[in-house]
Amino acid sequence: MASEETPKGAGPETGGESSAAGPGTGGRVTAAAVDERIAAIRARSGDSVPLDEVATVVRSLLDSLSGDLSAEDVRLYREVEDLARYIQAAKAEIAALNPADIREEFLPTAADELDAIVQSTEAATGEIMDAAESIEDALAGLPEETAAAIRAGTTRIYEACSFQDITGQRVTKVVRTLKSIEDRVDGLVRAFEPERHGVSLDATGRSAGSAAPAGAMRSGVAAAGDKAEDAALLNGPQGQGEAIRQDDVDALLAKFD
Amino acid sequence: MAVDKNMRVLIVDDYKTMLRIIRNLLRQLGFNNIDEASDGSQALQQLRTGTVYGLVISDWNMEPMTGLQLLREVRADAKLKSMPFIMVTAESKSENVIAAKEAGVSNYIVKPFNAETLKAKMVSVLGEF
Repeated sequence: MASEETPKGAGPETGGESSAAGPGTGGRVTAAAVDERIAAIRARSGDSVPLDEVATVVRSLLDSLSGDLSAEDVRLYREVEDLARYIQAAKAEIAALNPADIREEFLPTAADELDAIVQSTEAATGEIMDAAESIEDALAGLPEETAAAIRAGTTRIYEACSFQDITGQRVTKVVRTLKSIEDRVDGLVRAFEPERHGVSLDATGRSAGSAAPAGAMRSGVAAAGDKAEDAALLNGPQGQGEAIRQDDVDALLAKFD
Repeated sequence: MAVDKNMRVLIVDDYKTMLRIIRNLLRQLGFNNIDEASDGSQALQQLRTGTVYGLVISDWNMEPMTGLQLLREVRADAKLKSMPFIMVTAESKSENVIAAKEAGVSNYIVKPFNAETLKAKMVSVLGEF
């Protein structure tokens, strides 16, 4: 997109006639002239230019420069214009996905369903443990051998009930991921409908106060006062093949002895 | 020295179900003096009340204070620093185990676990019972 060679004297340090265009041809645009035109656009549209108007603004800039553009300038600005068209097309495609529906209906419904799963498994686990505890309470007076056999059974019931803890943590991870998706869909809706949502866009087209970049997403929870490196350790239950087993934990701990 | 099964044990977890499971398994092992806390800060408060605890069994991922933070607070406290501390958690990556060990954990159990593992780790920390 940009010129491969930088012409000598193209930088602003060379004085007021520094070139804002590429090397070479005919009419050269001074940096001051470009600044003047940008100032005019800023006076008309302010610092926040909605995506809708990007193409219009670029075209306006091109039109205003048409008298003194070099061939390189034209190529550069055509590419910017193409980029603006690409953004418009992407906007149309995303709008066709009905992000508002995703945000307002599908995601909250999915989160509610998952919460219901946690609640119902917790209630069922409570019932199972109530029953196991009742069985243990009734062991008094039974021959020790019989009591031991029954106690072994209730132990297995308690062990099996830990599924609820793991399930709950897994579902919580999914709900947090849904929340992150919801935040990003919300950002998309705001970015493409800035007037409706009263949101201004900064120079990069990002809405002010928009969500953190995807790279900053975390699956775990940052507890208050958590150091960043501690927070990175909160991942919850791992999938099979990812988690290390108790034997591996024991081997790892043994290395410290 | 024989382990005193009358010792007070503090179990820390934000899932009521898991507190109940550990309590029942401890009861089956003969430990009946059990207190519970739902996160690290509540546990720390209980540990600092003056009640003498012989063992802490704690989850890791809790709010507002995690099990790792609790462990660090315990190890930094002159009165509590030698407290046996077992981490019982679904956090099952090597870096978790290493971080816990570096913070001074006595032993580490990966969820889901069974009664046999709990007993084995308690024996390794407290001695035979």
